[in-house]
Parts: sequence; C-alpha cells; structure tokens
Amino acid sequence: MSSYKPTVIQTYPKLGNKVTQDTLYWKNYKSPVQIKEFGAVTNINFSPIAPYNYAVTASTRINIYGRYSQEPLKTFSRFNDTAYCGTYRNDGRLLAAGSEDGIVRLFDVAGRAALRQYSGHTKAVQVTAFTSDKYHLMSGSDDYSVRLWDIPSTTELHCFKEHTDYIRCGCTSNLNADLFVTGSYDHTVKVFDARMDKSVITMEHGQPVESVLLFPSGGLLVSAGGRYVKVWDMLKGGQLLVSLRNHHKTVTCLCLSSSGQRLLSGSLDRHVKIYSTSTYKVVHSLDYAAAILSLALAPENEAIVVGMTNSVLNIRHRKHNENKQEKKKKGPSYRFFIKGKDYMPKKGDLLVSKPVKFHLKKYDKLLKGFRVSLALDAVLETNVRVKTPEVTTGVMQELNRRGVLQNALAGRDEKQLSVLLSFLIRNVVDPRFTSVLVNVAEIIVDIYSSVIGESPLVDNQFLKLQDLIEKEIDYQEELLEVLGMMDTIFATMTTKKNAVVCGNQNYALIAGPEEEPMVVA
Amino acid sequence: MVEQTARDDVRVIRTGGSKINYRRPLFSTDNRYLLCASGDFVKVYSTATEECVRVLQGHKNLVTGIQLNPRNHLQLYSTSLDGTIRLWDFTDGILMKTFVVDFKLLALYTSAADEKSIFAIVPKDNNEISGNFQLVSINLPKSTDQEVAVKDVTVVLDDVHQSPKSIAFGREGQFVASVKSLELCVLFFKRRKYYRFPLSSKDRKGANNVFTCVACHPKEDCVATGHKDGKIRLWRNISNKQEYTYSTQHWHHNVVNDLIFSAEGTSLLSGGVESVLVQWQYKSETKKNFLPRLGGAIEHIATSPDGFLHCTSHSDNKIITIQSNLTVSAIIQGLVKGQEVLTGLMLDPRSKALVLNGKPGHLQFYSLQSDKQLYNLDIVQKEYIHQSSELNQTQVVKAAFDCQGTWLVTVEERKDETTDLEQQMKLWAYNEEQQSFALNTMINAPHESHISALCFQNLTGSRSGPATLVTAGLDCQFKVWILGDDSDIYRKCVCWSCDFVGTYHHLQATNCSFSEDGSLLAVSFEQIITLWDPDTWDLKCTFCHPPGKIQDLAFGRLSCSKYLLGTTDNGFLCCWNLLSCSLEWSTRLNVKVLQVDPLSENVAAFTEFSQVTDLFVFKPNEPRPLYMQKNVCSGLVQWALFVPREFPEDYNSDGKQWLARSQLYFLSASQNLMTFSTESVEERLTSSSKHLVIEENIPMTPLHVLLGKHREQQTNFVSEAKQTALPEGSATIDEMLHTPAHVLPNASFLCSMFVNSLMISKMGTSAKEEEVEEMDSEKEEDESDTEITLVEDEQETKEAYSAEELLPKLTKSEQKELKKLRKIDFSWIATL
Repeated sequence: MSSYKPTVIQTYPKLGNKVTQDTLYWKNYKSPVQIKEFGAVTNINFSPIAPYNYAVTASTRINIYGRYSQEPLKTFSRFNDTAYCGTYRNDGRLLAAGSEDGIVRLFDVAGRAALRQYSGHTKAVQVTAFTSDKYHLMSGSDDYSVRLWDIPSTTELHCFKEHTDYIRCGCTSNLNADLFVTGSYDHTVKVFDARMDKSVITMEHGQPVESVLLFPSGGLLVSAGGRYVKVWDMLKGGQLLVSLRNHHKTVTCLCLSSSGQRLLSGSLDRHVKIYSTSTYKVVHSLDYAAAILSLALAPENEAIVVGMTNSVLNIRHRKHNENKQEKKKKGPSYRFFIKGKDYMPKKGDLLVSKPVKFHLKKYDKLLKGFRVSLALDAVLETNVRVKTPEVTTGVMQELNRRGVLQNALAGRDEKQLSVLLSFLIRNVVDPRFTSVLVNVAEIIVDIYSSVIGESPLVDNQFLKLQDLIEKEIDYQEELLEVLGMMDTIFATMTTKKNAVVCGNQNYALIAGPEEEPMVVA
Repeated sequence: MVEQTARDDVRVIRTGGSKINYRRPLFSTDNRYLLCASGDFVKVYSTATEECVRVLQGHKNLVTGIQLNPRNHLQLYSTSLDGTIRLWDFTDGILMKTFVVDFKLLALYTSAADEKSIFAIVPKDNNEISGNFQLVSINLPKSTDQEVAVKDVTVVLDDVHQSPKSIAFGREGQFVASVKSLELCVLFFKRRKYYRFPLSSKDRKGANNVFTCVACHPKEDCVATGHKDGKIRLWRNISNKQEYTYSTQHWHHNVVNDLIFSAEGTSLLSGGVESVLVQWQYKSETKKNFLPRLGGAIEHIATSPDGFLHCTSHSDNKIITIQSNLTVSAIIQGLVKGQEVLTGLMLDPRSKALVLNGKPGHLQFYSLQSDKQLYNLDIVQKEYIHQSSELNQTQVVKAAFDCQGTWLVTVEERKDETTDLEQQMKLWAYNEEQQSFALNTMINAPHESHISALCFQNLTGSRSGPATLVTAGLDCQFKVWILGDDSDIYRKCVCWSCDFVGTYHHLQATNCSFSEDGSLLAVSFEQIITLWDPDTWDLKCTFCHPPGKIQDLAFGRLSCSKYLLGTTDNGFLCCWNLLSCSLEWSTRLNVKVLQVDPLSENVAAFTEFSQVTDLFVFKPNEPRPLYMQKNVCSGLVQWALFVPREFPEDYNSDGKQWLARSQLYFLSASQNLMTFSTESVEERLTSSSKHLVIEENIPMTPLHVLLGKHREQQTNFVSEAKQTALPEGSATIDEMLHTPAHVLPNASFLCSMFVNSLMISKMGTSAKEEEVEEMDSEKEEDESDTEITLVEDEQETKEAYSAEELLPKLTKSEQKELKKLRKIDFSWIATL
C-alpha cells in the first residue's frame, strides 16, 4: 500500500548565483596562502612530474616552491636583469628562462648556475618553451623574432621574423615536436612548423595577444588579448570557433584544468573566470585582490596559484575530507556485505527484490506516529531552527493542516517557550514564513497569555515580539503609500497615451474608450 | 419555440460502474474469484488479475446480499431489494433459479447447520419506513421450475438492525448473534434459548457503547462486537445469562466499521475510519499487526474460506485483497465517488481517459472504454489523515490539459478560518518513458485569491510561440504563463513563468477561454466579457449583457468559430458574433452547464428550471436546437463533457446526428456518471467488450498454451477450407446446447432438426466466420447476452434517472410481461 508521505518542505528560489556542481567544486579550496615576491609575478609553471614543484618568475629571480612550502625550495637569481618565463621541460629536470638582456638561460633543476646560455636575441626574451622531443627550445623576443635552438649545442636552428611587434606569448605542441605557436602584440597568432621556413597558419586576434594555449589534443587553440578570449579550430585551418568577452580588462593568462573540461582565464580586472570547454559558458568566477598576471593549476587541480601585479603569489589548496576517513568505524567485513550479492540468477529462478527502505527524517518519524509535540520539539532543536527555518515552518504548517498545532504548542515550560518565541522573533517578519508564523504567534498568545508575568525571560520576549510587529506594520504602511504614489504616476502616464499600457508584472492599467454595451435582443 | 426532436431511442444510461463497496465481498472456495454486489449486478472478479470476469445480471433492484450455496460451492445466492433470491452458477454466469419472496430483502445469511433454508433481514410487515426489521428464515422449496414462489418464511429474531453487519452466525450455525444500539442478543437454535446482554448507555469519558458490528468465532462460543467509540469487546461464556464475561480492546480511535474472525479463528481483523487493518491475535489480544494507509475508510472486511486471503472494501469504491501475511496482493478500484468533483470532467488527450477528482488530493484517470480506473495521479503529495471529523485538507480544485496532452496544470487549495489561503499551481509534463505525468513547475500562491478558471492556448499548425496558459483569479487579475527555457550547461529543462498580468476595472475575473485556433482570448470580468489578442495582449473589445454576471463562456467550433457563447446568472444564453462585434441572438435559458463538442459545431446546454434539468443541443448558427431532452436526470447536472468516439457511428436521422462523432457524458448531483446513447450501439459495445474480457481472463496454464496452439492450427485449417459460416442465434441450436444432456432426445432426431435450422436461418443472417470454431461457447454467450440486455433495457427505460436506492418495484403485470418476453426468442437482435 502507499507508504508514508514525508512532510512537504517548501523550497524557495535562492537569490544570487545558482549553486551548481562547478561552484561547489571550485569553492572547495582552503583559504589562500599569500607569499610576497620581489616584483610582479609574471609567470608560474608547474613541474610535470611529482612532487609537482612550481617555478615562479618575479623580478630578477625564479623561485621554486614545493607543494606546501611557504619558503622557496630553491632560487635562481643569476640574472642581470628581469627574468621572464621560467619554464620546465616535460621531464621536469631542466628549466629555461628568458631575460630582459636578450639571453635565454638553461638551468638544471638540481644545480644552481646556468648550464647553457643562448644569445642571439637583441631585445628582451619574454617567451621560452621546450619542444616535446626535449632537444629544442623555442624563444620569442621583443625584437619581433622567434628562434628555435638546439639545446646541447646552443646553436640557433631557425629564426622566424614574421611578427611585426613584440612577441609576448607562445607555446609548443606536445604532440608534434616541430609545431609551436606564438602570439604577438601585432594582433596575430602564428603557428610555425620547424620543417618549413615560414608560418603555417596565421590567425587575426584583433587585440595584442597576451597569452596562447594549445589544447592537449592539439585541435583547438586559445588566445587571449584585450578583453577577449578566442578559441580557434586548428583542424579547420585556424577558423574562429568562439569569442568570449567575459572580462572587463585585458586578459593576461590562460590555463586548462587537468581534465581539459574547464578553461581558466586571469585578467587585470582581478578575476579568474572558469569556462566549460564544451559550451564556453562561464561556470564560476574567482576574485582576487589585485590585477592578475599569471595563473597555474597544479595537476589534478590540487592547487590554484595566481601571481599578481602587487607582487603577491596567491596559492589555494584543495580541501580534502580527511576527517571522515579517520572516524570510520571498524564495521563488519566487506565479505559480509558482499555475501550473496554476486550471485547470478539462473534461468527460471524467481527473483524476489528486496524492498527499498526509505529514510525518514526524525520529525517525519514522529509525525508518522502522531507524536506531534515531539515532532515540534525535533524541529526546534538549535541546528534545525537556525540553519533551516523552512523545515521548522514546514512542520508547523503540517501540524496546522492536521489540526493539532494547538496541542503541539501547548504544555511547554519556560525554556521551551522562550525557544519558540526566539524562533518567532527571528522569522516572523520573513515574507517566506509570515503566513504560517503569524498563526503560530496567535495561538501562542492565546495559550500562554495566562502565564504572562511569571517569567521575566518570557515577558521580555513577548515585548520584543510586540515591538517587532509594530515596526513591521509601520513599514508595510509606508510601502503601501509608495505603491499608491506609483499607481498615480502610472495612471497619469496611461491617460496621456490614451491607450492600453501593460506593466510587466503587477500593473496593467486599462483606460481608453469603453465599448458600448451590446443591445439586448 | 423549439421543435420536439427527442426520439425515444436516445436514452440516458448510467456508466462508470456502481459502488462495489456496498456489501461485504465474498471469496469463492478455491480463492480464484471474488464476488461482490454492485448496483443491480453481482460482479465476479478474478483474484489473480483483478479483472471483472463476469457480471451476473438479473436483479431489478439493488443487490443487498450474496452468499455461497452451502450445499454447492460453485453456486451463489443473491438477494435484492426487488424481493427475489436468485441462485447463480457464477463460474459460467448462468441464472439457475429465482425464488420470489415478495419482501424487500436487506441482507442474506446462510447457516452451516441448516442447509435447506437461508436467512435474510426483512422489514417488518414489509414496511420499510417503520424502521422495524426482522431476521427471517426462508425455507427454499425444492422444485425444478426456474421461478419459484416462496411461502415458507419464519421469523427468527425480531427487532434487529438493518445493517448486515449487525448479525452473525456462530459456530456451525448453532447460534445467531445480533446487535442493535446498546444490546447484544444471542439465540441458540437447538435449545431455543434467547439471551440479551445490554450495555450501559452512560457517556462516561467519551465512551459510546453503541454496537456497530458483530462477528462470531468459527470454532468457539465467542462473539466479538465493535462499538461506536472504537472499542472491541470479546464476549465469552454467552450461554450463561449470569456468568458471561467480556474483555475490551481499544485501539481504534473511531467507530469500528467491521470486524471478522479468520477462517481458523486464530486472529480477528478489524477496521474503521483510520483505514488501518488491525489483526488481533485471538487469546493474546495485546499482540497486534497493522496494515496502515489503505486509502479510504474500511467499510467491510472479508476472509477467504481457506484463510489465505483477506479483503477490505473501502469508502472510495475500492476492494483490496490482502494475503494472510498482511501484504497487499491486488486492488480492484472502481470510479472513486464521494469526493466533491471540483475539477470538472476532463479528457486526457493521450489515453482518452476521463479525468476528475479521485482520492483526496489525487486525480483519477478513468477509462470509459474498458470502464475501469487506469491510475491515480498524486497531485497534493501530502499525507492524508483519516479522521471522522473532516479536517480541512488540501484539495485539487482546478485542472486542465493542453490539447496534445503533454501538459497538465493543477491548482490545489487549502483554506481554513485562521490562516491565509494556501494555494499552489503545479504544471506537470508528460514523461514518455514513464508514461506518466511528472512535476515540472510549482508556483506558490499564483493569485492572491481563488483561481476561478484556467485554460491552455490551443497551438494549431499556423500559430507558433511558446505554450501559453491563462489563469483567471478572483483577485481581479488574469495572468498569462508561458513556457520558457531554463536550461544551462548541466541540464536541459523548461519551466513556466508569468508573462503578463491583465486587469479590467478592478472586477473579478471569473472565466477565461481561448478560441479554437488560439488567436483570441476571452476573459469575463463579472458582467463584462473582454477579448484580448494573445500576441500583444491588447484589449480588443468588450461584450456584456447587463445586468447578468457571466457564468460560462465558450467559443464556437469549426464553421461557428466566429461565435462566442456566454451564459449569465440571470438566465440568459447569449451568442455574440465576433466579426461584427454584435449580439447575434440571445434567449432566456437558465443554463447551468455549457459544453462545446470539439469535433463538431454542436453545443450542449444543460438548463435548470425548478429542479428539473433539460438538455438542449444546438448549433450557434442555427435558430433551432438539434436535439432536446426534458428531465435528463433528477437533480442538477454538475459537469458535462463531450468525448470523441474512436470510430464515428452511423446515424442517419437528424435527431441523433449530434451523437455521431462524440458522446456526451455528464455527472449528476448524486455523482452518477451518465451518458446519452442508443440501444443498438450500446448493445454492440457491451457484447464485444464482454467477449474480450472473458477470453483474456483464461489463466495461462501449460495445457492452455498447448491447446491454444492446437486451436490456432485448427483455425487456420478451417479458414483455408472456407467453410461456409453457420448462422447464429438459431433457436434449435440454443435449445440443443442449453438443455441438460440427460433430457436431450436422440441424437439422430436432433440432427435433422439442426440441419433444418441451418437451412432456414441462412437466408436472413450474416455470419461471422472467425467465430465458427468457438461456436458452442459463443452461442451460449449470445443467448445470455440478448436476454440480459433485454432485462436491462426494460429496467433502464423505466428507471434510468432514479438513484439506485429509489428504484420502484415492478408490478406483477410487468413481471408477467417480462416472463413472456423471456420465452420469446430474441436471438434475432444479435444479428442486427
């Protein structure tokens, strides 16, 4: 037969942003760790191998941080001038960095001094990247040239001078060792192939390009410049797929989540926006204190590291529910639970399914047994009435529907009554609950008017409630006055137009010539 | 003014089944069938499939009691208010004998001790108004005649209660216990000892000792009684006037409606308004088992003779069969009555089911074709508290379907004196996978006051745009709700939101209606009808017929779509022309219900004049009504609905033309669902549906499967051979098949007769080839069909309007006429 139907708890639409699984995911980070650097943090790069240290380029230094270290594990400070773009090789053993003096330096992560120096650029090198075969190094410079270097011999293999402005970003394909992409202030993004002597694809971004990013599959390219983030389809020869304008200042950095499902962009407007890579809609947004210059995600999204113009490095680590595992009681063994579950029914067996047990809330269990006073007690417990007043109100409404609200409210001592009254004081003016709680308040006054004067605590609360209701009535009166004024204004407007004017929601005032009543036959 | 076009052949017939909870149901000995009295019929249900297998038709008034024949468990006695006891073979559905008693029989009992006679409750001196009733023993004479008059009636107990639950027969029929008001009486047959056990009438601590029901233990001398205040008393040692004892059990908080001992006497079952079946262990009554939330209040409880099954019948026209371990095994649900029908009658465009208020907080979907409930849709989704003093619970007050049946809108309300109106509007989307409606949008307090009307916009092919719903409220507003897209990257979904709010001179909006093509919305504000353009929501024009307030509003259909019909509360029916914006005609008719046929131009109007309801069917563009019937039913008509037919019927006369494509159903004030039909159609429909049901209900045994295959092969063979068809309904064949084998004459004699019969009847009859191989069974049914429908016709032509209880008794002359009719061969009807 039909089972017990649990009490209906009204759900109210929440104001503000909707809670989605993305907001839950991206909010599940600990409070940030802030580290002060020597200058604006221009680049952050994670080592691709465990323990996932990351190189932070700021001012004339590159600092290597460990996962939870507040202090740098290692510092490369052998730069004469500002260092740029400290990047790990994909085996995590070598680190390359450009510099204001035009020299590209190669460091051993374990060592201290530079292993090799690649000179040839005449101006500052702001982009360096290793190719996926580990033997070559790409660099882009403010002298408008892109160069490809042989790592061991320090010889320059190629020099492309197609860009007509500073080259400020670039990346290499991790599928093809010969392919790399650069973005420049000349508003273009160019794809180069080391086997050809000129660019393969050129894409017009429209703004100075601040950052480029290749998807792991190599099929899609993301470029950021100005307020725009643009996604290009490489397989269609660089066709624009989508253009996103969700920032209101220049977008400076891009980053993909480890699964490739979400794209992150940081901007000078101090926001990090997270997009879904299937629909390119913003699913979440993170706020920071200063303009963001660099952004990186640790593998498995374990940490979000953001570098800002105020030379602060902001690190947020992912929360893990460690407590739950500790608390786990030693229950029956796994074998006990699995017993008989893996039995495959043979043909002709009669299957008897186990009835599904519905879990009922405490108040529902009590209501099911018609223990109304206890049910009301259950929803007046501190955590229920404070965190979820809609549950308390819902149960009160249900009690009223059953015609037993008076019984449930009666027979309470001073402490319980004061709990009830404090709940009323807190919620009676909430428009969601007013209709129910006014009735509750009336019943309480009816029942307990005889005991007024016996307890100073309760008397005080009654006075407070009275005060609150008087204020609310005054407030409502004022609101009605305003409404009346607005009505007059609307009415004058419609008479001028002499036509039907329809308000969007609440006001549809009809004036205008009325048809003559039909003649009665 | 109007021509009398009513023909005798368009008649009002009752549909939607009858109450199946009127009397205690009965199990057959093998547990395969459940028998219950239902109106003038006895219905035989299969306990396995819940289908109605057979309907025993023959009584001419309400059936009041059914009992198995103690000497033959395949036979059934039934009593009725028409003063007859009939003996049936319920497995084959044959009436075997009729005993004419000439008393209004109110209940029937059989006793194991006295197999020759049966017991019944009759009013004293056959005068029901006197309020005195007697338990009588009726000695059934042995006779071979079909119809026997019974004279041997002896009074057993005087002054008994008329309810059948107030009398019970004890162990092996040795004694009979009867309760009335505050007294328990026990009569021992053998010793002729008569004991009375009175209870005090003191109303102490809310105690109310009035007896409501009685049951006797099957093995011991123990009597259980139920009381008004929910107490159950177990009386022992009742053969002693002084030293009797009783123990009291109190669980029910309200009146005990019925109680019964299990077949072995190990437990006692009781039930009441709480709709909880309580199983008490006999001799250790503190141990109880419960089966809660069964639906409506429990009216009767019955157990099967072997104790495997129990069944409870409920106030919401339902019988539940329950296994002995208190698990529900089957539910037989009729059309739920008793609740006020606030939603009106609607048609689900998908399932073509009739939709109306069902169980509290539910909508019921009722199939008119198969005459059974399809399912209940829980709208309110709140726990229903069963209490005798009516609680003010949430009710479904309005509902509407859109034209494709993809959306259902419901409005539920709850109002009590102290709190504000609780109102919710719910929009349900049809889910193809689950074949049911799923909640899509819930709107709290859509209007500040009651919603008076709502309707969906018909979206025809030429119109595009989102689905639109209009609600009119008594808060002087009408609101337009449209279906919008609410999907994001995580899910795809749609939801409804308010698009426009319209008012007119601060008058209450009472009705709303869209034109057939959805291009015009009419909303009535008290006296004034306003017309709005659904594209811009501009007010186009207004109509009124002062001083009457508009009660009902409808647009014409098809070629009459330029007309708008309105009824006023001062008794006018008006028709406005929308092209000229003028009143086309108006007439003085106090129309209560106005209903438009969706498939034709016809409009049906039920008018009320001094408690008599008449029906007018007219086209808005024609001055004369197509059809008129006076005195459709006693009392007012609440709601009406045109239901499109599956296949159009052929009617050549003008008076019946309006029935060709749709059928008009209406709900009377006494909540009887009625329809207009003609004899021939009705007959054909009943016979065809009956065949289907019976064939479907043959249980699938391995032998059946084997035989079925064999049969099929045979069928193929027969049809290949193109055997010429045999005619049906020949008197000879009937005679041959119905005469018991031992009285049949020689086969050679029969043979020539049979062949002769074939030769004669072949000329006039059309044959059905496919039924040849099942000739014998078919014949039987045909015969019984014709007879039954005849009886039914007789009865309905006379008594169709009156409520079941008020059926007048047939006079002797009428009965004689009936007997004559039965002797005449009516088999030719089957071939029409």
